[in-house]
Amino acid sequence: MNAFKIPRKQLALYLMLIPPVVVLFIYAYLPMLGVVMAFQRYQPTLGFFHSDWVGLDNFKRLYHIPDVKQVIANTLFIATMKIIVETFAAIAVAILLNEIMSQLFKRTVQTIIYFPYFLSWVILGGIFRDMLSREGLINTMLAKFGVDPIIFLSKASWFPYILVSTETWQITGFGTIVFLAAITTIDPTLYEAAVMDGASRWKQTLHITLPGMKSTIVLMVTLSLGYILNAGFEQVLMLYSPGVYKTGDVIDTWVYRMGLQQAQYSLGAAIGLFRSVVSLIMITVSYMIARKISDHRIF
Amino acid sequence: MVHVLAISLSKSTAVTAGKVTFWPVQFSTKSYEYILKNSEFWHAMGISVERVVLGVLISMILTILAAYPLSKGKLQFKHQSFFAWYLVITMLFSGGLVPSYMIVRNTHLLDTIWALVIPSAISVFNVLLLSNFFRNIPKEVEESAFIDGAGHVRILVSLYLQLSMPIIATLVVFSAVTHWNSWFDGIIYMSNQKSYPLQSYLQTILLDSNSRVITRENAELMSRVSDRTIKASQVFIAAIPILFVYPFMQKYFVSGMMIGAVKE
Repeated sequence: MNAFKIPRKQLALYLMLIPPVVVLFIYAYLPMLGVVMAFQRYQPTLGFFHSDWVGLDNFKRLYHIPDVKQVIANTLFIATMKIIVETFAAIAVAILLNEIMSQLFKRTVQTIIYFPYFLSWVILGGIFRDMLSREGLINTMLAKFGVDPIIFLSKASWFPYILVSTETWQITGFGTIVFLAAITTIDPTLYEAAVMDGASRWKQTLHITLPGMKSTIVLMVTLSLGYILNAGFEQVLMLYSPGVYKTGDVIDTWVYRMGLQQAQYSLGAAIGLFRSVVSLIMITVSYMIARKISDHRIF
Repeated sequence: MVHVLAISLSKSTAVTAGKVTFWPVQFSTKSYEYILKNSEFWHAMGISVERVVLGVLISMILTILAAYPLSKGKLQFKHQSFFAWYLVITMLFSGGLVPSYMIVRNTHLLDTIWALVIPSAISVFNVLLLSNFFRNIPKEVEESAFIDGAGHVRILVSLYLQLSMPIIATLVVFSAVTHWNSWFDGIIYMSNQKSYPLQSYLQTILLDSNSRVITRENAELMSRVSDRTIKASQVFIAAIPILFVYPFMQKYFVSGMMIGAVKE
């Protein structure tokens, strides 16, 4: 029992931890126990203790719902596209920003491109819904070139790309922070040597800047793999409509519709559990790889 | 954003005709008048403000309480690593939407403002950020305070907090922005639209144009504004607080991000 004895001088530290520990226990740990619903035919009137245990039935049912495969495929597709496009955009913007000599201009550009990150998807959704609507800005512009109006948000084939491009627009500025920091750590003498050898700006970027950023890039991509099943819940919820469920429905939004709106608690919990387990594995693996690459640690 | 502002300030007829791009056409503030007279909007705004104040207060207290012990080494705090893992696990694994909802329901928070501020009160990321900062405060300062007879509580309140004002300010701003911006919890935890905070309220009107109740005095104003100009001005009003705090926080968040992302 000696290991649990609390030295008098440390008592205050434990007392301080009580409130946060209790709150986390109730609102983070108890929901984890809630996953037992995934193995039950959960009925709200009976509660966890009296509902029937059905083993893996819910998972089997999920397997037979055609929607589910579509939803998983959508999630993977959208999330993968986002990782690729957003990383690429952030790197490109970081390199371009780094080339700008005028400090004032650089500051201004940064201020402008970081900003959308702090707006909620309700606001952004409102803006994009308006811009992409039949009478919206984009269609008004297109009309000047004689293009017929396109109702972007109702086109299933366009929807995933709209998700990717609007989110890229939102977070690219913020994503550049890390890459800009990576560029500043590159040894300036390398550039001086390159200039001596007559390398152009483009050649310098290709042979010094990019290789210098390589480990950061790999690290960021690896870490983002952990979120491969997060395709942007709030964003999708704001922008989609029944017409684009086919390509736009992702796991989170499906759980929301099934689990809460249609009260299919057990099904919702089952796919939620699936998602959590896959995410946990991906996060663990990506952190392990990240640690190998650059000794990245969270605490 | 500029386009939306332009729409919100234009006459509805010009908007419908598709004349508005980046500059208001036939300047009009009618849609703002309409919103400012709309009690639902003010009510939702009030809830949002209440939420930000309560939410920031509660989450800062909990974050500081968690960060201080975790910043201590093994010698000073025996079970430090146990509690560190206790927090980090919640970052990696969550019960998912449905079980979380049921816990909130079972603890009788549904339809109260507490549902919006308590379940999300502890951001483990912020705790790690703050405790990293605490860890960098020189040990000697603390030791001399101990010799003068101060306890942990005293040291936290009158020493650590004074020394870490910049990072505390950053966290306050961040958590205020998060509270102001979140809307999804409002929608799932509030069964009555009357208790929606601003962003949730806004979400419902943006997605559904028929949910508004038209009273007689509203109807007169309504005839002079269009749905689009109203939506645009509401979007803009909801973004104003962010526009206002953004210049202050920009100074901090770049360095804040880096402290959190790279450590030793």
